[in-house]
Amino acid sequence: MKTLPSTLTLGLRRGNIEIRQFMRQRESVVFTLLFPVMLMAIFGSVFKDTIAPGVTFSQYFVAGMIASGLINSGFQQLAIIIPMERDFGSLKRLRGTPMPVASYFIGKTILVLASMFVQLILLLAGGVLFFGVHLPTAPSKWLTFLWLIVLGTASSTALGIAFAAVPKSGRGASAVVSPVVIILQFFSGVFFIFTQLPFWMQQVAAIFPLKWLCQGMRSVFLPDTFASHEIAHSWETGKTALILVIWLVVGLALAIRTFKWERS
Amino acid sequence: MSVIEVANLRKSYPDTLAVDGINLSIAQGEIFALLGPNGAGKTTTVEILEGFRKRDSGKVSVLGMDPQVTGHDAREFRDRIGIVLQSTSDAGDLTVAETMHHFSGYYANPRDADEVINSVGLGEKSDSLIRTLSGGQRRRLDVGLGIIGSPELLFLDEPTTGFDPEARRSFWDLINSLRELGTTIVLTTHYLDEAEALADRVAVINKGKILEISTPANLGGRSTSLARVQWELNGQMQEEFTSEPTAVVTKLTSQFKGEIPKLIVSRPTLEDIYLEMIGAAGGAVE
Repeated sequence: MKTLPSTLTLGLRRGNIEIRQFMRQRESVVFTLLFPVMLMAIFGSVFKDTIAPGVTFSQYFVAGMIASGLINSGFQQLAIIIPMERDFGSLKRLRGTPMPVASYFIGKTILVLASMFVQLILLLAGGVLFFGVHLPTAPSKWLTFLWLIVLGTASSTALGIAFAAVPKSGRGASAVVSPVVIILQFFSGVFFIFTQLPFWMQQVAAIFPLKWLCQGMRSVFLPDTFASHEIAHSWETGKTALILVIWLVVGLALAIRTFKWERS
Repeated sequence: MSVIEVANLRKSYPDTLAVDGINLSIAQGEIFALLGPNGAGKTTTVEILEGFRKRDSGKVSVLGMDPQVTGHDAREFRDRIGIVLQSTSDAGDLTVAETMHHFSGYYANPRDADEVINSVGLGEKSDSLIRTLSGGQRRRLDVGLGIIGSPELLFLDEPTTGFDPEARRSFWDLINSLRELGTTIVLTTHYLDEAEALADRVAVINKGKILEISTPANLGGRSTSLARVQWELNGQMQEEFTSEPTAVVTKLTSQFKGEIPKLIVSRPTLEDIYLEMIGAAGGAVE
């Protein structure tokens, strides 16, 4: 008798099938991949002011949109898709097969990484070509970029799976999740300059990961002289990493505790 | 050899007692139907057998395993069973073949995906997106996904709800073909004719208890129950219940000197028996 395929093998196969399904859903492709680029194009064209020596609002905004990309492809996408799959009964059907739950999560993570990768390429290309964003040259900046993506995607994925327990139905998931993301984007200084937001808004935003991802992305894409314009007059990279790790742990713990295969 | 053994199974939810001391023994190769009104405890019982729900008390053995196992044992358990749920309706952005091949990869000893697609009658739809399939075709795909892992035991939960009569007949042929492979099948259904056409034995469940387990022909003393003879006399239908319908008909033949007007000789259908059992037990009949 042959043995069951390994969790990792099945996870990779899940990833493959997830991406295939994703690409065939036009709404999800448009919503997840093109919407951030369109937003960037609109905001980047409207606000062209210089906000500090050598820094335009477009550049500031592009950094924020790249950070948002991590939230869109992980948190937002999963917190909407998973309740729908639960409503359709596809989760329960999977539950009845020998595929382990870990393989399902691996598949979802691969989907997030793939859509995040495409989104990043589009945002970076758009930013460089049209909005005067300069790609960093220092290897240390790319290193920061890399760990921001790894930690950002990981915590965003875990929190997306955890938050998928909140919407009561698949149909209503988008209405529950999207406002959370949009409000978070306003509070975290994606659409406005963070230091110009009211103090209480800054305080609320500082609890959540997006504010720190935005600040981290600014440290990668804006000149180091801009650090003095941040709240703490520094990029606070250590603190950023710490907060992302805390959210990753919280997200994982919640995801494991709250994940439901079927509608209750 | 019995594939399923259940002794004194109990399960309650915060506001209801769903399963109230059920005993079952289902043999290998048997097609076993669970009948009962909505809320009778059918689905809860089946979901405990499938490993979807935890029981409160009682003994359950399915294929020699406890369905409540976790971790790697749970994978082994699910490798040996097939589950066709009541309704699965995902967005259907994959083709029939993609889905079948993907699911076959979950199991240790899967059947050949293309062969299964043909056996459930979807050969011509192999490269169609699932969302383009009709309800009946989707249900056939569900069954295909249920048997792709070459299960020893298959659960079918109300498989033909919403089918037209023709689709139901051809679905029954499909299930009967699985019988020939020696697959044990546990079926829940609302349709009495379905139970009669497919099941070797049926159990009637009401309010969490089993009222009777028997063959469809013998349920509720059906095979020994009185026959009903009906005929017309002076524009009025007459009827007589008898254990000797032939004698009654012979008597009527001589009375009418030939053809008996509007003659009907019948025995209770499975449905008559079922409704009587549920009604006597004070159950809600839909």
